[in-house]
Amino acid sequence: MVYGVLRFINFAHGDIFMLGAFSGYYLTPRILPHFTGVLAPVGVAVVLFGTMAICALLGMLIERLAYRPLRRMPKLTVLITAIGVSLFLEYGGQFIFGADPKAFPELVPERALENTGALTITTTQIAAFIVTLLLLVGLTFVVKRTRLGMAMRALSNNSTAAQLMGVNIDTVISFTFGLGSALAGAAGILYALSYPSIDPLMGILPGIKAFVAAVLGGIGNIPGAALGGLLLGIVETFVGGSAFSTYRDAIAFAILIIILLFRPAGLFGKTQVEKV
Amino acid sequence: MALLLELKQCTVQFGGLTAVSKFDLQVDENDLCGLIGPNGAGKTTIFNIITGVYRPTSGSITFEGKPIAGLKPNAIAGRGIARTFQNIRLFPTLTVFDNVRAAFNLRLKHRLAHALLRIPAFYREENDVARQVRELLDIFDLNRFAHLRCGNLSYGDQRRMEIVRALATKPELLLLDEPAAGMNPREKEQLMELIKFVKKKYEIAVLLVEHDMKVVMGICERIAVLDYGIKIAEGSPHEVRANPKVIEAYLGQETPAPAL
Amino acid sequence: MKYRHTKQIALLVAVILAAVASRFSGSINPYYLQVILFIGINVTLATSLNLINGYTGQFSLGHAGFMAIGAYASAYLSTEKSAGIFQALGGANAFSIALIFALVLLGGGIAAALAGLIVGVPSLRLKGDYLAIVTLGFGEIIRVLIQNTDAVGGPRGYSGIAGYTTLFWTYAVAALTIYVVLSMVDSTYGRGFLTVRDDEVAAESVGINTTRYKVTAFVLGAFFAGVAGGLYAHTTTYINPSGFDFQLSIQIVIMVILGGMGSTAGVAFAAVLLTLLLEYLRFVAGYEWLPDLVRRIASNRMIIFSLVLIALMLLRPQGLFGALPRMAGGRKTPKSQPGPTIATP
Repeated sequence: MVYGVLRFINFAHGDIFMLGAFSGYYLTPRILPHFTGVLAPVGVAVVLFGTMAICALLGMLIERLAYRPLRRMPKLTVLITAIGVSLFLEYGGQFIFGADPKAFPELVPERALENTGALTITTTQIAAFIVTLLLLVGLTFVVKRTRLGMAMRALSNNSTAAQLMGVNIDTVISFTFGLGSALAGAAGILYALSYPSIDPLMGILPGIKAFVAAVLGGIGNIPGAALGGLLLGIVETFVGGSAFSTYRDAIAFAILIIILLFRPAGLFGKTQVEKV
Repeated sequence: MALLLELKQCTVQFGGLTAVSKFDLQVDENDLCGLIGPNGAGKTTIFNIITGVYRPTSGSITFEGKPIAGLKPNAIAGRGIARTFQNIRLFPTLTVFDNVRAAFNLRLKHRLAHALLRIPAFYREENDVARQVRELLDIFDLNRFAHLRCGNLSYGDQRRMEIVRALATKPELLLLDEPAAGMNPREKEQLMELIKFVKKKYEIAVLLVEHDMKVVMGICERIAVLDYGIKIAEGSPHEVRANPKVIEAYLGQETPAPAL
Repeated sequence: MKYRHTKQIALLVAVILAAVASRFSGSINPYYLQVILFIGINVTLATSLNLINGYTGQFSLGHAGFMAIGAYASAYLSTEKSAGIFQALGGANAFSIALIFALVLLGGGIAAALAGLIVGVPSLRLKGDYLAIVTLGFGEIIRVLIQNTDAVGGPRGYSGIAGYTTLFWTYAVAALTIYVVLSMVDSTYGRGFLTVRDDEVAAESVGINTTRYKVTAFVLGAFFAGVAGGLYAHTTTYINPSGFDFQLSIQIVIMVILGGMGSTAGVAFAAVLLTLLLEYLRFVAGYEWLPDLVRRIASNRMIIFSLVLIALMLLRPQGLFGALPRMAGGRKTPKSQPGPTIATP
């Protein structure tokens, strides 16, 4: 989403995802004990929203410090800076949290609800599904229905014109970063629920895969990106289970390269002709 | 006069939008032809299909009797068509000298291996190129800027530079895309003189897209008028001026366009 | 414009100096010697990447991949395929080793150049950040492929490579790389690379075959990265696929950016500087009198690297010695787009 609005690849997105998982790691033992019994889901929500708020703030801070001064610079300058920020978060994270993986606390009690032999649905999976759905609906609402969402879409179409029409681009870009980072943070927690081992470098692959999914679905297209994510997940699972499982990490890149070469606008996007 | 460039029934579509529709045009050797029309009429698109930036959806383009539609832009430049751009496109980090020198690349005999081995033939050719670049810059009074970066030239000089660079490819046909854009009346006078001079000195044909009527009417021998991708008139400046369709296209009929 | 033979002479002098220095390498502390060799290898890597990124403006993040191919190909050739030649030349003597090492390096370079050809093709259709991501992807794919090739050790790495690399070879290659890049760019033909960087559409309009230039840049750049990889493999005598990851590509990119894209002298200097800095950090991490925090940061070189990168982009995006006012893409366009001049005569 950040890419759609600002037209640049935020390499650090995957690292915000990592920070989300870590913030959940540190928040859970401090918050959850205060909510017991019936109030437990409220505690989970507090952890989730706390994490999202922390990530939003971090995202906005990064934007303010590293990207805003470069807004008028060529895209590549920003890209390189983004790589720098990403490396900094990864190795700074290693420095602060330690390089070894940590066990993520049990936020939702793991319990198999339905067990029909092959198919097992657990409470965590249901929780992840519901939260994802709620967040997607919320995101679509913000983008389509609110003033800021409209400003975001205007900016994406033509930033100069948007500015002329009185859109404060600083605020909007900052807000976009905050929103995108909050979602990445939430994703970090959801991921950690299912794979409860977290480490500072965990964001690298999901970050690249998020980009692949966005490109796959057509950039700036929210349902497209969701579908792209789903598709990528299916292909990876399929390859992971086959004889080529050791090639799994190369798959995301191979897909990306093929898509960019043959359908640069993504599966569901429209091609644009370069104007001369 | 021999026929140089011929467009037959050329159509260009972008998605559902037809930018140019069944367009015919002939340019003879040593011709000075103008292409005019309101904004968005498809003039630059026609330049782009002639120079290979776009491929026409249908129709044929022949240059000196050979089809050129679908060739790559650099191949078309090699055939002898050079152009300038509506929004000046020089090589901003290169010097004036190197901008012109780059255009000699096309006719270079010695390439990578010679540049590395630096045999005598390489030096001979480099010196020869350098001499020709100097000559060209001299003619257009740009020699004093030879070692300045192009980005530092004034707007008018940059426009002139672009024409010089195009000439350095030794073309038979020169396409000028709105050369007078952004110029003041005095600069426009100078530009008209320059175009006439170039045409005479190098004995080439010139095809000109221009908004400014004074410039077009002042120098073109023949004018084609385009509106919404369709050619609505063609003839001498005098004929075009009197054509009711042209007046309608420019002034609108009963409902004038709302003022911006 | 007068052309003198300065470049050829400089190349010759550099090679002779390297040969002389090589004779004294026995008296240098092995650790220092290795650092000096790494400096030469990094100069080669950075200069060759500068041809792609700096002069031709095709932002590549896959240089480590080319280096990996060169390293593995040459290691494989020297370990597995050189016995026959040694036999024919009467065993391992100074001459046969030199000949074999030259052939092996060439083989590594050619293998990498072929990969460069494959990676160069997407560059014809992609620009800017997309190209950067795709080259990054290629680099990672190359790494995964090597990891899955058992003949060269797979994930365990490849060990037992002969330590052929000397000062002479390292610096002769570095000098040759610099010579090739400089002499090529300083010619009418070579100016074509710069026009591709400045404005592709305009370049084509004056008859420059941008496709060929881009592919040439990738192939040549990859070739020298491959040779550098060969030198590296025969310095460390052990290579591991994870050593050629995306972070190594970034390190080379940082050298190019620090030196200023499109400035060979600056880039070579930055390569020296950065290699020394990284080595120096090891010492800093060992200084007992420094606060623990400083030492821990110093031992994590990637933190320093990322900070250098961010600071550089914010303060001097053109690099320390950059000649460009702005990086590729910063085109000056006329401010006022004149409105329609509907003049009725």
